[in-house]
Amino acid sequence: MRVLYFAWLRERIGVAHETVSPPDYVKTAADLTDWLMSQEPRYQAAFADLAALRVAIDQEQADLDSPITGASEVAFFPPVTGG
Amino acid sequence: MAVRVQAADFDPGAELAALSAGRTDIGAVTSFTGLVRGDPTAEGAPVAVMELEHYPGMTEKQLEKIEAEAAARWPVIASTIIHRYGPLAPGDRIVFVAVASAHRAAAFEAAEFIMDYLKTKAPFWKRELNAAGDGRWVDARESDDQAAERWAR
Repeated sequence: MRVLYFAWLRERIGVAHETVSPPDYVKTAADLTDWLMSQEPRYQAAFADLAALRVAIDQEQADLDSPITGASEVAFFPPVTGG
Repeated sequence: MAVRVQAADFDPGAELAALSAGRTDIGAVTSFTGLVRGDPTAEGAPVAVMELEHYPGMTEKQLEKIEAEAAARWPVIASTIIHRYGPLAPGDRIVFVAVASAHRAAAFEAAEFIMDYLKTKAPFWKRELNAAGDGRWVDARESDDQAAERWAR
């Protein structure tokens, strides 16, 4: 599964994207953030404020409790500021 | 219907002319052009550079979805959405939305709807830098969320 990070999440995690193989109990986007945070402290810095976290699954807007099973691309980013 | 996400500048006049070229059913063309402001940053120094990051692939999909929704809600004959990314300077054009319709009410409303949705749903992030190169990510504004919510139904 490809995971992408944008804006200050990318800066805190230190990579723009990576390929991860989470264990089977990781079923939602929130599970994925929990699992990543258990791996390394830099994820804790990025995911500390869940209210500031937005998620897209396979390039579609989603929620933290949305299922990620079978998804090929999950992206985490702060609220958007375009326009 | 056209969506373009690009680093290059665009010519609003040429875009407007292209929207209605060769047609006689369009009675109204409205447009919005957004520019980078050189406001003071939180630290006081003026913005020297505005960097725009986006999510290639999802950005285009979201803009196409917003454009399609506008066409479903109003009798849109043609529309154009252009958004730039990369480093921009104060005064630079950043975003362009134009809508053509038979009458003005639909053209005004659809263009406003597209901008309001773009601001809250298109995956772009702004980072402002002062002349010394100190950067700061721009915070999302609640007023933008409220502007988008008024179109909810």
